[in-house]
Amino acid sequence: MAEALNLTDDQRPERQAAALKLLDILEREAPFPGAARIGITGAPGAGKSTLLDALVRELRPRGETVAIVAVDPSSQRTGGALLGDRIRLRSGSSDPGVFIRSMAARDRLGGLSDATHAGVTILALVFDRVFIETVGVGQSEADVSRLVDTLVFVANPGTGDVLQFMKAGLLELPDIFLVNKADAGPIAERTVSELESGLSLGERSDAAWTPPVLLTSARDGSGVHQFVEALDAHRRHLQNDDRISQRRGEAARALVIGALQRRYGSFGLQQLGGLASLRSRLAEDPTPSAFTRIARLGAEIEEALRKSD
Amino acid sequence: MSDRSERKRDRPWVFRTYSGHSSARASNELYRTNLARGQTGLSVAFDLPTQTGVDSDHPLARGEVGKVGVPIGHVEDMSALFEGIPLDQMNTSMTINSTAAWLLSLYVAAAERSGVDAQKLQGTTQNDIIKEYLSRGTYVFPPEPSMRLISDMVAYTVDAIPKWNPINVCSYHLQEAGATPVQEIAYSFATALAVLDAVKARDDVPDEAIPRVVGRISFFLNSGIRFVEEICKVRAMAELWDQITKERYGVEDPKLRRFRYGVQVNSLGLTEAQPENNVIRIVLETLGVTASKKARCRALQLPAWNEALGLPRPWDQQWSLRIQQILAYETDLLEYADLFDGSFVVEAKTRELLEEARTEMEKVLAMGGVVAAVENAYMKQRLVESQTARSRAIEVGDQIVVGVNRFTEAEPSPLVEGKQSILKVDDAAEREQIERLNAFRNRRNPEEVAAALTNLKDVLSSGGNVMPASIRAAHAGVTTGEWSDALRELFGEYRAPTGVVARQTNGAGPRTQAVRERVRALSEQLGRPLKVLIGKPGLDGHSNGAEQIAVKARDVGMEVVYEGIRLTPAEIVQSARDEGVHVIGLSILSGSHGVLVTDVLALLKDAGLSGLPVVVGGIIPDEDAETLRDAGVSRVYTPKDFDLTRIMGEIVDVVAESSADH
Repeated sequence: MAEALNLTDDQRPERQAAALKLLDILEREAPFPGAARIGITGAPGAGKSTLLDALVRELRPRGETVAIVAVDPSSQRTGGALLGDRIRLRSGSSDPGVFIRSMAARDRLGGLSDATHAGVTILALVFDRVFIETVGVGQSEADVSRLVDTLVFVANPGTGDVLQFMKAGLLELPDIFLVNKADAGPIAERTVSELESGLSLGERSDAAWTPPVLLTSARDGSGVHQFVEALDAHRRHLQNDDRISQRRGEAARALVIGALQRRYGSFGLQQLGGLASLRSRLAEDPTPSAFTRIARLGAEIEEALRKSD
Repeated sequence: MSDRSERKRDRPWVFRTYSGHSSARASNELYRTNLARGQTGLSVAFDLPTQTGVDSDHPLARGEVGKVGVPIGHVEDMSALFEGIPLDQMNTSMTINSTAAWLLSLYVAAAERSGVDAQKLQGTTQNDIIKEYLSRGTYVFPPEPSMRLISDMVAYTVDAIPKWNPINVCSYHLQEAGATPVQEIAYSFATALAVLDAVKARDDVPDEAIPRVVGRISFFLNSGIRFVEEICKVRAMAELWDQITKERYGVEDPKLRRFRYGVQVNSLGLTEAQPENNVIRIVLETLGVTASKKARCRALQLPAWNEALGLPRPWDQQWSLRIQQILAYETDLLEYADLFDGSFVVEAKTRELLEEARTEMEKVLAMGGVVAAVENAYMKQRLVESQTARSRAIEVGDQIVVGVNRFTEAEPSPLVEGKQSILKVDDAAEREQIERLNAFRNRRNPEEVAAALTNLKDVLSSGGNVMPASIRAAHAGVTTGEWSDALRELFGEYRAPTGVVARQTNGAGPRTQAVRERVRALSEQLGRPLKVLIGKPGLDGHSNGAEQIAVKARDVGMEVVYEGIRLTPAEIVQSARDEGVHVIGLSILSGSHGVLVTDVLALLKDAGLSGLPVVVGGIIPDEDAETLRDAGVSRVYTPKDFDLTRIMGEIVDVVAESSADH
């Protein structure tokens, strides 16, 4: 498992080619829908790691296996990163049913590298649930939502990040909201009602799902059980009417576009006839593997660029 | 000269020696010997597994059983520890914190088994969790439930064990962590007020009991070499405590407002160089807390002259006891009223300390008290500042330490010739303790144990007092690890913020930039950024070195996985594999590096990672370093290796060598 992640993490061209082959096979052969893919996002200090720790303790006794990909920002200047959040994620460290991999976000602040996508694909083959933990409010929600079936936002009451979140127009993304009440009772209650009224105003692409707003305490573990129930309810919801295929399909298309944009810029996309044309091409393309599509379309762009030289 | 029998002498303080090692039986022998030589109280040192609530056979306990104190796993260990010592006449101090409620329960159960009623027990549980977060590192539970356990013990003992001091608020460790006298007073008093406020807010403690509760709060102080200032410090504390307890809790009886405290004379300031000089230091430091009658300590424990070298032998401890006896019985110190009343100089210094301490204390209270000031790291930062100033003063010679930075030219000391100048704990102690623990587990009634644990959890989750349920559990044969696990289940285990993430570092010099460039080049060669795991195996809580290494590694461009204190070798190896790191750095200061590093290397081999290089840092004697290198460790670092940039460069070398091998 770890070796496979080391491979997909490797930037050397020959390794990249091998990794792509592996990922392509894995994505084709993976059972559907397979593991539950869950994103956990929120500002630093919102209690995400402590919450994951409580989740592991809730899920392991049920016999469920858990993988966690923890993404930390890396320094723009030195490339170095302190994957420090790991300190509060301890409950399963010597349990083979728990796998934790920290990754530095090497591309841009708060963003996710291709390696994260690869990591989730690999871990989803083996573990019952795969969690991706990212830091930050804003860009990371959109990034994570492309990799997961269920997106969870952890709000830290009384810090202003909830307001910032609402202002950024990101309320429509998360499927579940958690308010960490560890610090303050009344402020936490107020945050819940703020979120609920915010949610009642906005529109969501999936009108059939009303995101629950739950109070949890990472400190004493209260509310964790209800949180797991909400995760399961959302998974059942996705499996009804095969919403999950649609969601994963959309997510995969967004991933392909994002990866191509990151590598070749909008000039590169123009070689494929622009964004709109690419979108409709992807919608018709039956290839199940995002990695294969990225590779093929990338080759096409490079070919076009070579010709135009 | 007046007739000796006519002279009225004060009763001396309680004479103690902080001791315990290997096993309950071996420690009992030591206690009886010490009592026979004129010691008048006992001070129990527990080993790290007992202090952090794990049984002797727990993976984390490996290498630590019986090392820095006595292992106490259950009621029979406690009975064996005090065999032949009448508990209704003994005054026992226990250095125990996160598991204090449990060890007191075992003490009560052992007393009851020997026919002694809890009402007659006298002594102290240290039980100050705040300083564990700030400096000592043996915390287990989060701050909130930890404060609740303390408040439970205070509420329970005030009637049930009325001569017990349920908490000994510690300024001792604050001084070790760098506190100035003003900070010592301010932070320890703020801690005491947090405990008293919590007890006052309880429904089960009536208001009329509060003065008696205040009367049971005692303190535990350090006494440093600046003994005149120390005299003023204890006088200021006595006066301030009298004022605060009257103002804040309305205590009218002056007896209940007395500042009562025990002392362990400064151990950390003792020197390895010319160790015989330490005897003189100990004598002078003793004066600081005994000279002023008004603010004299109630109990005193002295370190041994050779503590900087290793564990003291019985003879070394006896020498320290004799210091106390000579001061109390030979000199005329105890014949006079307070020697400093009316001294302008002492009075002025006392006043200055008192005023400044009150201001600093009020600052912490305004922040929301000590728990808030732990979580926002205010106190920790102040302590680090003071410590830095002090070590700089010693480095540049502004503060003289004889034999260390001045007068270093000396004859070899005849006291440290030969190999037997310190005590070595028998390696068989751990194995024997585990055998006894297993035999005990097989003897007890499993239904009673299960029922007692269920009862304990029920009581705690319904907000009941921890003590009666714990005493029942002690009688039923519950072990230290089982009791602690029950509480972990309810409260969780606290992982204190390391502070490393937030810590900012200054701009990089040319040497750092050179290493950064090498890290970048090697990362390219490896195909992904150089990733390092910094691990702290074992129970030792001193994490400063590991944190400095982690921050420096980040600054030279490595990806660093740092997971904090108290990891098992199995957890470290699993992390190393899952995380896909290129190198492991281990930091171990408790002296158990032999066992822990060997375990990590063996588990790496089992995991198919024998090629993964390991570097080790710690207090590691030369011959041990040799053994570790022979076993496969790539580099060994000790406190004299202070150049972090050089260490980083060597880690790059180590990874480059190992990747070339593959």
